[in-house]
Amino acid sequence: MTAAMLPLPYRVTGRRVEAADTVTLTLAPVGHRIDPWEPGQFTMLYAFGVGEVPISISGGDGGARIRHTVRDVGAVSHAVCATAVGGVLGLRGPYGHGWDPDSAAGADLVLVAGGIGLAPLRPVLDRVLAHRERYGRIALLVGARTPADLLYPREYPSWRAAGVQVLVTVDRADAGWGGHVGLVTTLLGRTGFTPDGTVAFVCGPELMMRFTARALGDLGVPAAAVRVSLERNMRCGIALCGHCQLGPLLVCRDGPVAGYDVAGPLLGVKEL
Amino acid sequence: MIINTTYDMLAAHPFLAGMDRPQLQRLASWGRRSSFHAGTRVFSEGGHADRFWLIREGQVALDTHIPGRGDVVIETLGPGAVLGWSWLFPPYRWHFGATTVEPTLTVEMDGKSILRLCGEDPEIGYQLNRRFVQVVVERLQATRIRLLDLYDGPRDGR
Repeated sequence: MTAAMLPLPYRVTGRRVEAADTVTLTLAPVGHRIDPWEPGQFTMLYAFGVGEVPISISGGDGGARIRHTVRDVGAVSHAVCATAVGGVLGLRGPYGHGWDPDSAAGADLVLVAGGIGLAPLRPVLDRVLAHRERYGRIALLVGARTPADLLYPREYPSWRAAGVQVLVTVDRADAGWGGHVGLVTTLLGRTGFTPDGTVAFVCGPELMMRFTARALGDLGVPAAAVRVSLERNMRCGIALCGHCQLGPLLVCRDGPVAGYDVAGPLLGVKEL
Repeated sequence: MIINTTYDMLAAHPFLAGMDRPQLQRLASWGRRSSFHAGTRVFSEGGHADRFWLIREGQVALDTHIPGRGDVVIETLGPGAVLGWSWLFPPYRWHFGATTVEPTLTVEMDGKSILRLCGEDPEIGYQLNRRFVQVVVERLQATRIRLLDLYDGPRDGR
């Protein structure tokens, strides 16, 4: 257990500002590296002397380097975001049950991302585009508060070129925005997917995922075909401490990704 | 070459799904095909509201003018949506403006004549009102959700 709780030192080798409060850090192991990871898994990222936070993996280089997109929303994430190139962070993991895109082979894929929820979905895109022939239509629906909050906008053209239908919406437009304005759920009707042959991957704040799962259900997508990434207070990452318990689930072990047929009824219970 | 009549276009539009043939034929008398280039102002905030549009293709942005910020888009409507309900109620003024974002194909409906038709044929009036109420409710719910700030996550979470 000691080894499982011991962070491995990783050096920040790249730092890209994505939005006013969000950065993507590229990390390379100083010595030993964590085990290979799957899309949707997370690590515990340690800012030495400040604390640990669970952060979903947002990409890698196929080797030892790993990317995390982090939003500055508290003391620990602030310290992580502020780490400059050359600085060292601790990393434990990877943990949890991921998106498992391989099991959706043959289906149409609808990826719905709200805010920073695009970060955990980016490895899904990387994986399915590496095996594009295995899947039907692929749609990526992105919602953000404002145009300035959109993640990875420079990558949209390459995703489109790879055959992904990328639809983007914001809640509040500015003068320079010529795109869609409205809820991310309003984009669902424009995708043209086949409801009973679709697997949906939904990631964002819980409220956004609930409304999106409901809208997908209204369109005929079964709850079991909707996968969501749960957020709870994960501390140990190895199903020991119980902080992340959600009914019968320990989210760090049984999640963060779960089918909405399982997660939906639990999310509807207050104070669970 | 296939030529769609106004009836065909109304029958194919999701907003009117479920209305029977005689009802659609009566409505078709007061509709016409209309198309807009991208960037066309369809109507302006405060203008007289006497018609509505069933969007078949393209996108329309609802906007409002904010001093110092110009025309700010508050919502975008796409194929299958209905544009405009201010023609239904006094004072018959557009609450917002509308501009096409893309080349847009619509069926433009004559609001005054439709109101008269609803008076003559209450069943059509009921069917139309049900559909407009549903649209208003959906947009109200969407507005409420947006007020909640859908994309604001927990502190030090993900």
